[in-house]
Amino acid sequence: LLRSSQPLTGPNRRRCREDEKLLGTILDEGERGFVLDTRSAQAAKQARMSGGGTEPKSSYPQWRRLHRALDRGRPLQESFIRLVEACAEPSPSMDRWLSRLESSRWLGHVKAALSTACLAAQCLDREGSSVLVHGAEGTDTTLLVTALAQLILDPSCRTLEGFQGLLEREWIEAGHPFQLRCARSASSHARGKQEAPLFLLFLDCVWQLSRQFPFSLEFGEQLLLTLFDNAYASPYGTFLCNNEKERSLCKVKESTHSLWAWLNQPEEKQKFLNPLYSHNPLVIWPSVEPQSIQLWQGLFLRWIRPSQHLDEAWAEMQRLVEGN
Amino acid sequence: VENVRLLDRLSSRRAVVGTLYLTATHVIFVENGSETRKETWVLHSQISSIEKQATTATGCPLLIRCKNFQVIQLVIPQERDCHDIYISLIRLARPVKYEELYCFSFNPKLDKEEREQGWKLVDLNEEYNRMGVPNNYWQISDVNRDYGVCDSYPTEVYVPKSATAHIIVGSSKFRSRRRFPALSYYCKGNNASICRSSQPLSGFSARCLEDEQMLQAIRKANPGSDFIYVVDTRPKLNAMANRAAGKGYENEDNYSNIKFQFIGIENIHVMRNSLQKMLEVCELKSPSMSDFLWGLENSGWLKHIKAIIDAGIFIAKAVAEEGVSVLVHCSDGWDRTAQVCSVASLLLDPYYRTMKGFMVLIEKDWVSFGHKFNHRYGNLDGDPKEISPVIDQFIECVWQLMEQFPCAFEFNERFLIHIQHHIYSCQFGNFLCNSQKERRELQIKERTYSLWAHLWKNRADYLNPLYRSDHSQTQGTLHPQIASCNFLYKFWSGMYNRFEKGLHPRQSVTDYLMAVKEETQQLEEELEVLQERLANLQKSQSGDNKVKSKQQDQSKQTGLYTSNNSLANTPQEYSNDLKSFPSRSPSQGDEEDSALILTQDNLKSSDPDLSANSDQESGVEDLSCRSPSGGGCLPSEDSGKDSDEAVFLAG
Repeated sequence: LLRSSQPLTGPNRRRCREDEKLLGTILDEGERGFVLDTRSAQAAKQARMSGGGTEPKSSYPQWRRLHRALDRGRPLQESFIRLVEACAEPSPSMDRWLSRLESSRWLGHVKAALSTACLAAQCLDREGSSVLVHGAEGTDTTLLVTALAQLILDPSCRTLEGFQGLLEREWIEAGHPFQLRCARSASSHARGKQEAPLFLLFLDCVWQLSRQFPFSLEFGEQLLLTLFDNAYASPYGTFLCNNEKERSLCKVKESTHSLWAWLNQPEEKQKFLNPLYSHNPLVIWPSVEPQSIQLWQGLFLRWIRPSQHLDEAWAEMQRLVEGN
Repeated sequence: VENVRLLDRLSSRRAVVGTLYLTATHVIFVENGSETRKETWVLHSQISSIEKQATTATGCPLLIRCKNFQVIQLVIPQERDCHDIYISLIRLARPVKYEELYCFSFNPKLDKEEREQGWKLVDLNEEYNRMGVPNNYWQISDVNRDYGVCDSYPTEVYVPKSATAHIIVGSSKFRSRRRFPALSYYCKGNNASICRSSQPLSGFSARCLEDEQMLQAIRKANPGSDFIYVVDTRPKLNAMANRAAGKGYENEDNYSNIKFQFIGIENIHVMRNSLQKMLEVCELKSPSMSDFLWGLENSGWLKHIKAIIDAGIFIAKAVAEEGVSVLVHCSDGWDRTAQVCSVASLLLDPYYRTMKGFMVLIEKDWVSFGHKFNHRYGNLDGDPKEISPVIDQFIECVWQLMEQFPCAFEFNERFLIHIQHHIYSCQFGNFLCNSQKERRELQIKERTYSLWAHLWKNRADYLNPLYRSDHSQTQGTLHPQIASCNFLYKFWSGMYNRFEKGLHPRQSVTDYLMAVKEETQQLEEELEVLQERLANLQKSQSGDNKVKSKQQDQSKQTGLYTSNNSLANTPQEYSNDLKSFPSRSPSQGDEEDSALILTQDNLKSSDPDLSANSDQESGVEDLSCRSPSGGGCLPSEDSGKDSDEAVFLAG
């Protein structure tokens, strides 16, 4: 599984021998690979006008291109805002609630993200083919897909430790611009294109996986909520800045504490573990039918619905498992 | 018929070829596969509709829709065969006589005494006594002993002490179908009660002294309050329209000390259409999220579910918080009234949240009070306009509450699903006919078996591991303060997509936790035994080694309750671009579809889909004989092993 940003083909269909050679080294003679472009075919084509583009078949003969349009940027932010507003408003009727849920399109984004990640995973697991994922900049939907695909495929990413490693690799070090994306959350109505809840979308997808595979993730919902909180506002330096370069310039590692260090302390760790966890060596294929994708109540209704009864249920579950 | 193909709704690639059989009671499809020969059994009584679709190159498609939401798509090679099957199924699925129904031929191989015992499991007299009646305020009346007053009511009803036979009879003449006000639930703590009836025949201005006296009697039976609520569960417009037909609702001016309230639950026709629309959404091929949500909203289904629960909450609050009695009715007092009274009782009294209590609740508010099972669920071929998912809605209300209060119910989702299944299956006699009178005439108790006994025998499968009788959630009244929140209502895919295994988590958390709970209990018991032994041995100074090795064996047996990870699952179709992909990876072994997990060895013995076959029923009884937790006998080492195997392979 590889990731990158878009090739700078441009309107004149430039070529780059080194890039072609690099991709060439990945595949053996006669092998096929897939390029999974997270933009629609049309958007990718239009990108050429501003200097970007896609890998032309002629220059990359062994690679077959698949397009799966995933929303990011402004549309995703709007979706998020609409959902939060729908949850906050005490809806007078069920019809109105369902209609607002539908028009926010958030669950549609969850479905699309999971489907695309599953597609990437299928290429790897079923076809035995390599996959290169990219969108435009390679910092948003690209990371969403590669991180989810690894969770689906690799059981070691589903342990608490492995998941932290996955986040470090695929989100933090890979350069997802947290500073820009996670500034204001759902309160940001700013025109700027920078605010967007990609990371939240990722966490939501992980939550969907945990619901469909309750035994297969070593961590529980509490971890996902904590990560969500810390991405936006944190006493720790883990999610600061936009990339490794900035973190190095700001001397983040020297002047702040790491979220992981805190999380991994034995007393804290307990809260984040899933009492039902048992190592599942197999690939976990989620269902992406609409009935299988649910609203992440624990996050979106967190401050709205009283969670007492659900907390009690969780505590009872822990008690049962620990008692054993 | 041979060479029939059974299609999978989600994945058109997964068609299986096999042979189709039609028996007197079932449709059976047997796969041609070599080892497994998986069988799909469908009871005729479950069949809701059969659709013959246009013949294609591959054959003639036949779509069978079931009342338990199973949808079976067959492709039959020859048109003539298809037509024959279609005609036969139409006839078989629409019996005209009760004797044609499965319950009269079903034979679980129990003797006569066991059959009788089964029927005695739920005793309504005991239940009323448990509630605290008869007492100073309430008495049992036998005025209907020959069904002479109301033929859809039971022979024994509870009425206020001051309601004489004359008042009862007079009131019954002023009520639709003569369903006079009678007691549904009595609250010992404050004497408030829930009574139920049908609509008064008040028209625009008619009055009836006895009916007014009846309501006064209900009020007087609760000295703590000087008025009662009269709750009409219909929308105001419908109730008003009824007045033109000489029926209607209670006028506050005529009935002293009542506070009248409309609740606005729609009628059976609206509900039938609502379900129909929702099922259409479920049948969409690869719907988008928007298609699904829009379809769900358009059906209005969740709105109706919420309306029923809201009504239950209003009544529960009136009784528990205000200490005011409530009289509930709709039009005929056998649909919405039943729903709303039973939801209210469930909220009020934790007993109804136990397994036994729930059975009692259904027996009381649905069976004894004359809910028209035959008409509503089509035991026999009848008027399609009478068909409506009334009890299905009630069952869903319970599920929605279970989701909000996971520790409050002694039973689990599977219990609800199996009950719903058997409402339609006619395998047992509990839900036949339209009234107690009809059931007695048919001698149901002497000729059929009771579902309650069957469920009770398999109760280990139906327990909720998170339930504890001493838990705060299980005490007293349930307060869904949040019930006004629309966003808490979920689509019940466990029921409406029950047979689409690909949609559900492969491993059941409930089963896992039950297994853990049982194991812990058994280990605790064994620990006690061993501790005793140790104490004894220490007294006699010998055989330490023996004890140690026993304990070691014990510890080896623990930790076997890990979820079975060999249940690999297969990816659904995520993309049309990858047509070349086989749907199963050879490395993961063939046929890991979890439907196949339901083989003889590890199916839940209570699963009606497979236990519908009476032969299997008897074979399977052995599996259900594991010692329930906390059993009286001391477990030997062997029995410890048996319970380990007992299965934690649920699908």
